Amino acid sequence: MSPVIGVRVALIVFLIAILQVSAFSSVGIGGGRPDVLLVTLVSIALLRGAVTGAVSGFFAGLIVDVTTLGTLGLTALLLTLTGYWAGRYGETTGRGRKHAPLVATLAATIFVELGGYGVQSMLGEPVSVRVVLVSLPAALVWNAILAYPIFGLVRRLVGTPERVERAREVELLV
Amino acid sequence: MLGVNVRRPATGKPPSRSTSAFRRRIVVGLLVVLALGLITFSFRKPDSGPIASAESAASTALRPFTIAGERVAQPFRDVYGWADSLLTARSDAKRLREENVAMRQQVIQNQFAANENDKLKALLAFRDGPRFPDDYTGLAAAVIARPTGSYAQDVVVAAGSNDGVALDAPVVTANGFLGRVTRVYSRSSRVTLLSDEQLAVSALDVRSGAGGIVKHGRASASTLIFDRVPKKLKVSVGDTIVTAGWRSSKLASLYPKGIPIGRVTSVGQADTDLWKQIQVEPFADFDRVDAVLVLVLKDGQK
Repeated sequence: MSPVIGVRVALIVFLIAILQVSAFSSVGIGGGRPDVLLVTLVSIALLRGAVTGAVSGFFAGLIVDVTTLGTLGLTALLLTLTGYWAGRYGETTGRGRKHAPLVATLAATIFVELGGYGVQSMLGEPVSVRVVLVSLPAALVWNAILAYPIFGLVRRLVGTPERVERAREVELLV
Repeated sequence: MLGVNVRRPATGKPPSRSTSAFRRRIVVGLLVVLALGLITFSFRKPDSGPIASAESAASTALRPFTIAGERVAQPFRDVYGWADSLLTARSDAKRLREENVAMRQQVIQNQFAANENDKLKALLAFRDGPRFPDDYTGLAAAVIARPTGSYAQDVVVAAGSNDGVALDAPVVTANGFLGRVTRVYSRSSRVTLLSDEQLAVSALDVRSGAGGIVKHGRASASTLIFDRVPKKLKVSVGDTIVTAGWRSSKLASLYPKGIPIGRVTSVGQADTDLWKQIQVEPFADFDRVDAVLVLVLKDGQK
């Protein structure tokens, strides 16, 4: 990844993380909130790969944890794993498929919501699975609506890497 | 000649598949270990130690950005709130007119009761705990950050220990009780909302005096339940629930007496349950809170 693209990814992640905690998290309709940061992270990971996805997820999560004064590392852990998985999905099964942004966004939303509940439970924090399950459908709808517009926007800003492929067969002309 | 169209980088050899996979796993492994380490340190010593200091410093550094984000978003939120209120304006006006008539009668009755109460207290030399709002000053603060996941029910406000905010300070909005300060840094604080699983407040029914505990509801994050109310006590739909603010010889409630919490929306009881099943609709809107008042005891009050 070129330094210019790296700086762009860092700026996008920082800006969206700040806007997520200060603006988007207060928009609640139907019991759910849009997670623009998560959709952006999934888009970056699909376009730039697993390593970029994991690193972006870690720093995005760290910004969220610091600004919300939450348990440090919790969101970072969830978003690191999400970025890594989305990147691997983009590099393998989802490569070149039109439905990849939607599928990855929905899977990531379910993972982050239930994963957050799981980690909080393991830490002994009192959390309600009912609240998570009630808000999950609305969060899925919100993020599904945002998946393609944000993916398109992120693709325009960070582009797609040139794939270095190995030739699978050689044709000899005699 | 190759049979497929292949683009190669201008210089250098492409990394082998195994090297690339190894590098990838090392990076994600290190990040996961780092995140787990941060969780461990943060969880074991949330308010002290180097991790808490670093978090405090980082939070202070990021504060201008979150405030800027909040200010950018505020006009859009106002437009949304205005449009939302237009949709319900007619029904709201009708409800408020009816409430106004009922409250006008209530105010006259309350005035008589208050005068009588003052006289009786003076006769008995009655000592009471701190009351809301007379014994407190409100420290106004904007909400600058909210959690991204639905499993956390708290907000971050732009006031900290430098402004006089103390740990466990009660927090209210113009409408009613909101929550409690659970973490304090120099210039920001975390307020855990009453809709969170870990918060509960002792409360009473203003009309009947029935006491109990208000905590998060089971159905959704913005519904509350008035729990531990014995079946023999009377609670009716429409009753107002306020903080109880109890005080014993050495212990006292964190919350002052008389902060409005919500209105009773349903009352039920089952033969098998020890307590009544009471649902409360909170006065404060936990989903749309932009500014709060952190209550600080006036000088000389304890």
